[in-house]
Amino acid sequence: MQDTTPYFRRLVLIWLVSSVVLTALVVFVLAPGLPPGNATVQSSAAVVDNTVLFGISTPIALAVLLCLGYCLVVFRERPGSDTTLEGPAVRGNSSIQLWWLVITTTTVLFLAVFGSIELLKDGAGGGQGPNPLSVPAGHAIQVQVIAQQWEFTYRYPGYGGVETNSLEIPANSLIEFHVTSLDVIHSFWAYQLGVKADANPGEDNIAYVNTKAPLNFEVHCAELCGVYHGYMYNSGKVVPKAEFASWIAQQQKTFAPVSGNLPKYSRSYFPAPDRRGG
Amino acid sequence: MNKRALAVLVCTAVSFVLVGLYIGLYLTAHPGTAIASASPEGGVQLNLATVPAAALNDPHPTWVSYYVVNTHDQDWQHKTTWVVPAHTLVHVTLYQYDGASGLRNPFLSQVTGTVGGTFDLNGKTTKTINPNATSHVFAIPAYGLTVPLLGVSATAKNPCSNAPCTLSQDHETITFTFRTGAKGLVRWQCFVPCAAGYIQGFGGPMQTVGYMDGFLKVV
Repeated sequence: MQDTTPYFRRLVLIWLVSSVVLTALVVFVLAPGLPPGNATVQSSAAVVDNTVLFGISTPIALAVLLCLGYCLVVFRERPGSDTTLEGPAVRGNSSIQLWWLVITTTTVLFLAVFGSIELLKDGAGGGQGPNPLSVPAGHAIQVQVIAQQWEFTYRYPGYGGVETNSLEIPANSLIEFHVTSLDVIHSFWAYQLGVKADANPGEDNIAYVNTKAPLNFEVHCAELCGVYHGYMYNSGKVVPKAEFASWIAQQQKTFAPVSGNLPKYSRSYFPAPDRRGG
Repeated sequence: MNKRALAVLVCTAVSFVLVGLYIGLYLTAHPGTAIASASPEGGVQLNLATVPAAALNDPHPTWVSYYVVNTHDQDWQHKTTWVVPAHTLVHVTLYQYDGASGLRNPFLSQVTGTVGGTFDLNGKTTKTINPNATSHVFAIPAYGLTVPLLGVSATAKNPCSNAPCTLSQDHETITFTFRTGAKGLVRWQCFVPCAAGYIQGFGGPMQTVGYMDGFLKVV
């Protein structure tokens, strides 16, 4: 006797209801609170991107998990049963195949277009190399991030090329980070700012950030760079513009003695090496 | 139990013992710890030295290194973890016996993070030195402390080649004071790529705890 129970319809109904509820919870409750937060335009955009990705992947993940769970429960071997029953062989279903192709192709193409637009909008806080494709509008304050084993230092070409061992940037401003390294490959990762850019020796890797309100943030190296990689972190501050002006003036004064020793500001440096190296 | 099963069992047990021994030795092999002595000026005193090569009986007798020294009885100890009290002044006297290597980042040729923002170089108050004449840097990034160490002249008549060295040999004397922070483990390191024989001077003693880097155990 053929089993006429509408398994597929039931499964789709369960999936539809649970998808609506869970996707709403994910999109409106969980995702907005996820890192990197809303400290900059770029980090807010990352939260939006993550929300969209979570929103799309939730029904897909649910479909897989529900199908597995449904099969395990409904088609389990019951006590007392002495035979193993199998359903009728599947010989192909054009309608399902067509829907499968349409849905997956649409999803992938949408994500490709959405991702490209988001990347090109303002650079998404990522390193864009020496010739950025996406340059946000407005006057940018340049900050050079110089990585070395195992510390970041910072140079401000717009303020006489002063170099500092701490990072402060003004609020409500466009910041243009120029990330480079003096030795091995590092990565400048200020996740609250939504910035992550590789620091390569002899290269200038540019990343943009539009700051918002003042905050304290952390800077970590995100590229395994030697025995003290795990210790290569410090903190930075987004401060009001007036406070930044005062701070940078103080830095110029504090580091005036060493200013004559610094090389002329350059987008990358090739320090005279190897006097001791082999 | 047949002979084959017994052999497998014995081999497995021996393998486990060897692996355990290796892990145990790895975890317990670390540079020694030195405790800073009380200073008559208040706070504690650390006497250190940087040498072009470790002692001849060291596992790496060609590696550049830091040492804890007692100049009175010539007691040199190869220890790079130093115990210091929290929120206390640490007076450091450093005897620098190595030649100049040069800084990759000249910014580090200015002293930062010391009491008064200066250090004494052979008795002279100093803020910055020639980055090309720098031999090493004593830095504690967590405290913002950077002290550049001048290299011994290339024409020095009585240089020291391996630890231990004596005060009659050519050296630079650097003194400075800094204040410790809260309790914890704080890293110190050199910023000059001074590892002779390694690519760009970054390997060996620069990448091995116990030579050009170590920890402050703040208690």
